[in-house]
Amino acid sequence: MIEVRDVKKIYKTAEIETHALRGVSFTIHDGEFVAIMGPSGSGKSTLMHILGALDTPTSGTYLLDNHDVSHFSDDELADIRKNKIGFVFQSFNLLPRATVLRNCMLPLMYAGIHAEEREKSAREALKSAGLEESHFFHRSNQLSGGQIQRVAIARALVNNPSLILADEPTGNLDTKTGEIVLGTFQRLNKEKGRTIILITHETDVAEHAERIIHIRDGLIVEDKKSHNRRIAHHHV
Amino acid sequence: MKFADTLQETYEAITGNKARSGLTMLGIVIGIASVIAMVSIGQGAQGTIEQNIQSLGSNLILVTPGAQRSVGVQVSQGRGSARTLTQGDADAIMDSVLGIGAVAPDLSSRYQVTGRGTNTNTQIVGTVASYPEVRNIEIDSGSFISDQHVRALSKVAVIGPTVRDDLFGEGIDPIGQTIRINKLEFKIIGMTKAKGGSGFGSQDDMIFIPLSSAQKFLAGDDYVSTISVKAESPEVMSDVQSQITALLLDRHRISDPALADFSTMNQSDIVASASSITDTLTILLGAIAGISLVVGGIGIMNMMLTTVTERTREIGLRKAIGARRADISFQFLIESVTLTFVGGIIGILLGWLIAFGFSYTGTIQTKVSLNSVLFAFGISAAIGIIFGYYPARRAARLNPIEALRYE
Repeated sequence: MIEVRDVKKIYKTAEIETHALRGVSFTIHDGEFVAIMGPSGSGKSTLMHILGALDTPTSGTYLLDNHDVSHFSDDELADIRKNKIGFVFQSFNLLPRATVLRNCMLPLMYAGIHAEEREKSAREALKSAGLEESHFFHRSNQLSGGQIQRVAIARALVNNPSLILADEPTGNLDTKTGEIVLGTFQRLNKEKGRTIILITHETDVAEHAERIIHIRDGLIVEDKKSHNRRIAHHHV
Repeated sequence: MKFADTLQETYEAITGNKARSGLTMLGIVIGIASVIAMVSIGQGAQGTIEQNIQSLGSNLILVTPGAQRSVGVQVSQGRGSARTLTQGDADAIMDSVLGIGAVAPDLSSRYQVTGRGTNTNTQIVGTVASYPEVRNIEIDSGSFISDQHVRALSKVAVIGPTVRDDLFGEGIDPIGQTIRINKLEFKIIGMTKAKGGSGFGSQDDMIFIPLSSAQKFLAGDDYVSTISVKAESPEVMSDVQSQITALLLDRHRISDPALADFSTMNQSDIVASASSITDTLTILLGAIAGISLVVGGIGIMNMMLTTVTERTREIGLRKAIGARRADISFQFLIESVTLTFVGGIIGILLGWLIAFGFSYTGTIQTKVSLNSVLFAFGISAAIGIIFGYYPARRAARLNPIEALRYE
């Protein structure tokens, strides 16, 4: 469960103070599929960084599974990311030299998990992200954009996180491929009960979630159920 | 993160950019190889010189006429040619000093020698029967000078192989031939074994005659130019040396040791002074080679900094999925240490090969010691750590958010 209470984030440069978040509060329960939506400069990226334990708020509290992450050190945040969070990025961020399987095993390596078990978990994650076994030993330059993003989703799944954070996961994909990726998220949410937070600026994408949090100028302007939810066809 | 994983990551990073890794490693290879080769030359020279000194004789103490070396104002009146030592001094040392094996006085000087129409200028050593024992000289054919020869003032000579070559030609048996030293005929009764060249005057280029004959027929007086004393063991050498000094001071009626008219030189003194020269040489050569090693290390640092910049996004990703600072810095540190370590091993082999090449072609005798190999190994690992530390720290401190955004 995620509880965000009156979170503020202020960036200070020499002269200017930028208020990226001006007091944001919400709760996300396990198994929810939430989209955080807003135009660029709205503070959604800042919010994503805080939710993903990449950054800490200037004030307010952030409880992730009842751990107050707000004042953690660098290494403590790294441990939280390692054990509780899976990231899917707009630009995929796969290691170009490594195979699909090795990319997927990377988070488990930092968790200190035994090599055999790592491979087993990675294979399972890749299968549930919808990637065929024939691609497991390919490198990312041998895969299509959609396939790459599904490797990234598998990598986010592999450590069995409490939360999957997807930052514009369809931003670099064409509509059809994007649809497949979104379908994968919906299936993981429905079938495996994964908690997913989707950050996007596109309404079409956001409407794939059950709940949409609108953010603008560092404040939540709307937080409601997605009334006309889209269901993606995740089969190729 | 497990160490095996770090090694795997390192392997992939290094082989991922073979050309750059190879060139960077080359800097370390050259550095280490030159350290190994240079130090081996220095140590080889040391070994050769020590061997030469040892070949003069073992446990040797030399007593020479003339002022002590430590005297402040040294009036140069030809130390070594001064006439202060006699056969009597040698006999007294033999009779009253404890812990000595043998004593051999000699009177040496250079003379023109003719034989069978050819002539040469060489060292004539007038000495006694114990000389070969004291100075490690072996007889190849015939015999050495006997006590009988000395008593009888015999005109007999034992020649070195170089003298034989000069006067009679190689491979000719000189025994029974006669040579003329200072217009006097001497009959050759023996030849010494070749010892090889020596920095202290080749012992192969000498003619030995009875001491008494040298004194009477060549020098015309009763003095000797050196008394060589062989101590029983290395342990008693300094004791023997002080006994000799005390005895000779007493015999020469000198109360102040600073005014002694002779000097004693211990073989280990000679070795020590020669070693100090070759040590300096070794350090000098090593230091020059060390400079190239430092340059190699800077190459490593340069490459690692480039690598960190190039892989900023990758570092950002690794941090985002849970890598701690230590995981990142360790990975980069291991990468640079691996480069220097592998470079070090290749460098040691190459240096060894160069040293071997010098020895093999006979240019210079070299010696690769285990110490210098271990030292080079340690240095290369240390360079990896020192020059890898800063880039590794820089990588570890990257902010994951900014690193992920890096283009």
